[in-house]
Amino acid sequence: MRKLFGLAITFALGLVIILALNNTVNFPAFGEVNLSERISGAYLSEDNVEEVGSANLVTSIVIGFRTFDTLGEVTVLFISSLGVAFILGRKKQKRMNLNFKPNFMLRVGSNILLAIILVTSFYIILHGHLSPGGGFPGGAMIASSVLLLYLADDRFRSNIKGFKLLEGFAGSLFVIIGLLGLVFATAFFANYLPTGTIGNFLSAGIIPIIYVLIGLKVGSEIAGIIDNFLTEEERA
Amino acid sequence: MIQYASIFLFVLGLYGLFINKNVIKLIVSLNVMEIGLFIFIISIGYVGDNAIAPIISNTQDLGLIYVDPLPQALVLTAIVIGVGTTALALAIAKSIYNTYQTFDLDEMEESA
Amino acid sequence: MTFFDFLSIVVGVLLLVIAFLAINSKKLINSVLFLSALSMLAVVAFVLMKAPDVAITEAVIGSGLVTSLFVFTLLSVREEKLK
Repeated sequence: MRKLFGLAITFALGLVIILALNNTVNFPAFGEVNLSERISGAYLSEDNVEEVGSANLVTSIVIGFRTFDTLGEVTVLFISSLGVAFILGRKKQKRMNLNFKPNFMLRVGSNILLAIILVTSFYIILHGHLSPGGGFPGGAMIASSVLLLYLADDRFRSNIKGFKLLEGFAGSLFVIIGLLGLVFATAFFANYLPTGTIGNFLSAGIIPIIYVLIGLKVGSEIAGIIDNFLTEEERA
Repeated sequence: MIQYASIFLFVLGLYGLFINKNVIKLIVSLNVMEIGLFIFIISIGYVGDNAIAPIISNTQDLGLIYVDPLPQALVLTAIVIGVGTTALALAIAKSIYNTYQTFDLDEMEESA
Repeated sequence: MTFFDFLSIVVGVLLLVIAFLAINSKKLINSVLFLSALSMLAVVAFVLMKAPDVAITEAVIGSGLVTSLFVFTLLSVREEKLK
């Protein structure tokens, strides 16, 4: 009875949302949007695209126009990984017992697969300004390669101190590159390197550098979270 | 169609938050709400059947019709934030289990 | 009716059905696995709406990392029950 009542109320809420949004002036119907009336039309103009120099327009917004916003989002991820470490990793740690013995094929195969995943992730990070992808999915791929190592060997523990150092290094270099924009140009995170031709590998100024740093930071943070979840307190 | 589906996905997540008493189920419901919101925000930027993904090869291509890149940029970062918040919620659920030996909110109240 | 309309109807109905199953399953592990399937369907929806960046990110994170975190939490709990 309670379930049916909840279902009825929430579906009524959904109908209200649909009716409220249905084809008003501010919210046109699905697929009938005119981009020149929106703020996004400016991002597609030739002057702005050439100013940033990135072929992938999503990257040119994430790292070009809204870099300060991205800095905030990376900070949120850092704080959440700090919270996970604070809650789960207080005492002396050992690996959680997964109750299985890895055989020879699994160990060799996981090493080969690890190399393939790492190469793919670095390709995706380095081509973030040319093709779909970038620092966020590439960093998650680095973290999933660490996850593969954890799952293939029940005694493995990655060097968490090294990941923490890498994360701090990448984060502070990200801010330092932004501060250098105040020296060489006029604003925080201004693009002071030459942008080059759109579509070349060496183009778009500071965007590939920042994306590599974001990839390393995201990857080491999520790897730290995975380590916290796969370890537990040592019982006496 | 897919826009209506995303709104009802959000609403289904809210329904899950109402009826479930299990902490893990609550986090799953939050994730369902999150996915519904992502699809809705992406669907705002869809321009039409003849539009293409916002990746250009040179500046002459800018005359073509592209989908809106701004909602995609917002969702791209929001997904990564989502994994951070989910991990934090699961860590809290794990420490709740260590204290009360259960995930159920009702049993927690009885044992407290 | 175009191909896009047909695919979006199929994906939309499947999204709702799998979300309902994820919320209402009795077993926790089934719920988590339906959440992973929901993420994969969301990837299909993102590709349909011409958002390749978001699709790659969701495919790596939503169906891989988040599912593994849920499964690790459930595993650690089941181990404590065995002791």
